[in-house]
Amino acid sequence: MERDGERIEITISSRFENIELVQVIAEHLCENAGVDEDGSHWIGMAVREAVANAIKHGNKLDVKKKVNATFHLRGAELEITISDEGEGFDPEKVGDPLNPQNLMKTSGRGIFYMKTFMDQIQYSFHPGGGTSLVMTKNLAKGSGIASTKV
Amino acid sequence: MKASSRNVNGVEIIKLDGKITIGSGDQQLREVISNALNQGKNNLLLDMSGVTVIDSSGIGELVGSYTTATNRGGKLKLLHLPAKLNELLHVTQLITVFEVYENEQEAVGSF
Repeated sequence: MERDGERIEITISSRFENIELVQVIAEHLCENAGVDEDGSHWIGMAVREAVANAIKHGNKLDVKKKVNATFHLRGAELEITISDEGEGFDPEKVGDPLNPQNLMKTSGRGIFYMKTFMDQIQYSFHPGGGTSLVMTKNLAKGSGIASTKV
Repeated sequence: MKASSRNVNGVEIIKLDGKITIGSGDQQLREVISNALNQGKNNLLLDMSGVTVIDSSGIGELVGSYTTATNRGGKLKLLHLPAKLNELLHVTQLITVFEVYENEQEAVGSF
């Protein structure tokens, strides 16, 4: 892949209107790497959900706190890291939205969508505060919902 | 997000245009549905053809709107789902909750 090694980084303040900036970077990076429009859209959607969570649940809408996003293309693998300055959470406590008990809940689908659209997602929590989410996607495998696994 | 309404045979058809995303259209959607129900319009058909972007918050608001309408003795159904919204509802199995129509006349007749 001719864009191997490309690395893009952006830092935003915790405002919802900044989410789209990061999403658009993700989509353009994917399109430039040869991913089709639908595939780029779904990766962009995973990024949107990750940044929204970082702003809302991580930084709790504190505009002084930042969200950092890095996109790193290594061969066909895209690694996306979204970091916030929040106190973290226990991903195990987020209910499965497919569980009939949770089906009609108005929240709790963001992480599910990230898992659906990406190959792998991994949270890490820093002792001094701050949460990082690393999401990876093999762009050569095809993309989007067809590869759904949860 | 913009919303425009018209009534056909007692069914309030609400056309939604634009984004239904966190901090943007999600709260507006809640207000639109709440206002319609407060005016006694209990049969709601949401025309989604103009929705350009929706995220998990928007999906959550759709679910909340459905529950609110149902709890108040009303019905909320969906018309003209864009392909990507259709897929988002499928992967979360919410497609089993909503009645979805592609034909307005058929949708209105179903209430």
